[in-house]
Amino acid sequence: MSSNAKERMLRRAAADILPGMTVNLGIGLPTEVLQYVPANMPVCLHSENGITGVGPVLSADKADRNLIDAGGAYVSVIPGTAFFDSAISFAIVRSGRLDLTLLGAFEVAANGDLANWKIPGKFSPGMGGAIELAQKARRVGVIMTHTDRKGDSKILEECTLPLTAKGRVNRIYTDMAVLDVTPTGLELVEIAEGVSLAELREATRAPLHVADQGVPNF
Amino acid sequence: MAVITIICLRYAKNGDNSVATTSNSRAAILADTKWMIGMKLSNKVGLIGDAIAMIGDGAVIMLGGFGVPGTPFCLIRELVRQGPRGLTIIKNDANEARMGVDWLLESGQVARLITTHVGLNPRAMRMMNDGAIEVEFVPQGILAERIRIAGAGMMGFVTDIGLGTPLEDGKTRVTVDGRAGLLETALTADFALVHAARADCFGNLSFAASARNFNPLMAMAARKTIVETESLASLGALAPEDIHLSGTFVDHVVELSELPEVYGVVKR
Repeated sequence: MSSNAKERMLRRAAADILPGMTVNLGIGLPTEVLQYVPANMPVCLHSENGITGVGPVLSADKADRNLIDAGGAYVSVIPGTAFFDSAISFAIVRSGRLDLTLLGAFEVAANGDLANWKIPGKFSPGMGGAIELAQKARRVGVIMTHTDRKGDSKILEECTLPLTAKGRVNRIYTDMAVLDVTPTGLELVEIAEGVSLAELREATRAPLHVADQGVPNF
Repeated sequence: MAVITIICLRYAKNGDNSVATTSNSRAAILADTKWMIGMKLSNKVGLIGDAIAMIGDGAVIMLGGFGVPGTPFCLIRELVRQGPRGLTIIKNDANEARMGVDWLLESGQVARLITTHVGLNPRAMRMMNDGAIEVEFVPQGILAERIRIAGAGMMGFVTDIGLGTPLEDGKTRVTVDGRAGLLETALTADFALVHAARADCFGNLSFAASARNFNPLMAMAARKTIVETESLASLGALAPEDIHLSGTFVDHVVELSELPEVYGVVKR
């Protein structure tokens, strides 16, 4: 993935974070989306380890040893930050107070199934809070490279890996496209500049619905 | 309102049987009251060695903390020094290399780990894959709630978290108002080792920033709770409204004379 394509993808995902939302961003690409959210937009960031109103990341010399986010980054407080225990933190998640979560993925299926926590025999560090975020946020976005390192599609008709959550993904952001999960399958919302529809279909192992009048670039 | 009235009666029943109103300041109520029986709280402060000496082989131990914040490193180090083995450790994560849980893994004291994520600890990953320790992964909020439920004196709860995923395997399915769910059971422990920024002699606790995490929940859930604190206050020095956990849940308080480097900011 070129740095241009990555920036475009992050920028596009950031555009779906709207004023007033409470949002949880997963570790990695999802957290990087934050740098493209307008600085003065009112957004409440939630962190699983017990924070709402997470403030900007600080360098080690300015860090508070007691204040990290769930990814281990040293963060800060902003006016209105709140701290609470882990049970309250997931009460926020399970009771539907998160308007949006953005997560990474190994595989996403055309029906919205998500696999992002385990590759049997290869990678099983534990699920952390991913299952609850994916199952209970009001809106679930996945942000990931369209294909894996071998060039195989990470978007499939059915997931092959153990599921994180069943049928919960609403939108997929990749370096090639923005796709919505609909009751009739995947619908192309936008296609990355410079990517042809033929290339996209070739890189996607699931049927794509494309509007007759075409789709915008991002 | 009824509850407030009862509390006022207990604290402020004056000699002439008049009842103080809620508008009285606490100081005035205490000065006026002649009923002081049961008004002094016990002192639970002790030595770290004595507190940890209660922990024997095969104990089930909850450790507070999420990453570095809130991890009771000094209590863990003493646990390594005293050396009970065959332990079951319940903690959000396995810390990182050369920190906390990693010391216990290195010394071979851990038989079983109940956790949400061990990805930052290569030794935990290796021992899990080699079968040297048994690891049970629990979704983070379910782990927190199973612990909270134990501390609340209940046996379990029903949730739809994990339905349709491999996590439902082996769990009892329950239907509530027509909705499918899984029965999750309360998770208790023999001991909870907890870190608090501030404590008083009775064990009332106050936590710093994101160092709260699992600490108050575990303190409530275990049969014996041992707290290490950075700052030990005399009774009354913590304002009642700033106390995050009542000392009724705490059995032993240990004051840390200094904070080793492991509590500091991790330089990456």
